[in-house]
Amino acid sequence: MLRNALGKTFRFLGYTVQYGCIAHCAFEYLGGIVVCSGPSMEPTIQNSDIVFSESLSRHFYCIRKGDIVIVKSPNDPKSNICKRVIGLEGDKVCTSNPSDFLRSHSYVPKGHVWLEGDNLKNSTDSRYYGPVPYGLIRGRIWLKIWPLNDFGFLRASPNGHRFLDD
Amino acid sequence: LRSPRNPEQKIIKRVIALEGDIIKTIGYKKKYVKVPHGHIWVEGDHHGHSFDSNAFGPVSLGLLHARATHILWPPHRWQKLQPVLPPERKPLHREQE
Repeated sequence: MLRNALGKTFRFLGYTVQYGCIAHCAFEYLGGIVVCSGPSMEPTIQNSDIVFSESLSRHFYCIRKGDIVIVKSPNDPKSNICKRVIGLEGDKVCTSNPSDFLRSHSYVPKGHVWLEGDNLKNSTDSRYYGPVPYGLIRGRIWLKIWPLNDFGFLRASPNGHRFLDD
Repeated sequence: LRSPRNPEQKIIKRVIALEGDIIKTIGYKKKYVKVPHGHIWVEGDHHGHSFDSNAFGPVSLGLLHARATHILWPPHRWQKLQPVLPPERKPLHREQE
């Protein structure tokens, strides 16, 4: 009786460890489900929306301008932030706020990206903390799954004027 | 840690200062730097010949990958890596104290 119970317990533990390893690999290398909070990506992503993220793009270095990405916060490594890529390395970006009289531009340094939220009035992003190293990107968001009335692929940026063409 | 200039590369450096510390830099654009929140200052042991924070500034903790504890190869270099801060690189002011 005891040997049966012990055998079952060990088998259960074995399955749990296997499942844990597969889940970890999946989240790290493939992607996962993310719950977004905060107003900085409205109207594209509202507070408490649930989205799918994928990690393949960051491993193969094919994050593009206009992608929405999940990034480790530069000032708080324990939390993640969700923003849109406005500029890749070498791109020219506008660093001034619309209220400034003179528009200032700068170039995104090598190995970094420039992030901005879609809700420009209510978003702390690269305009506040500067360009973000590419190594902090965790994944790319490609599908919204909740709320169901807004299910589908994510819209293009409502702020097309922020993308400066060369 | 992952290099802030080249995300495909990992570089290995010594942690010289943590967030809140003020240190004197070697060849950086600012002579004294207060390490911002969530960042660290790293330097190679071979000062002057190292691509470290004196070139690219403080790095975000999110770029940290792992801690190097031992040298395994070549066999005549087997050793435990000591976490020692060179005395001339001590921070000027420690926020924790």
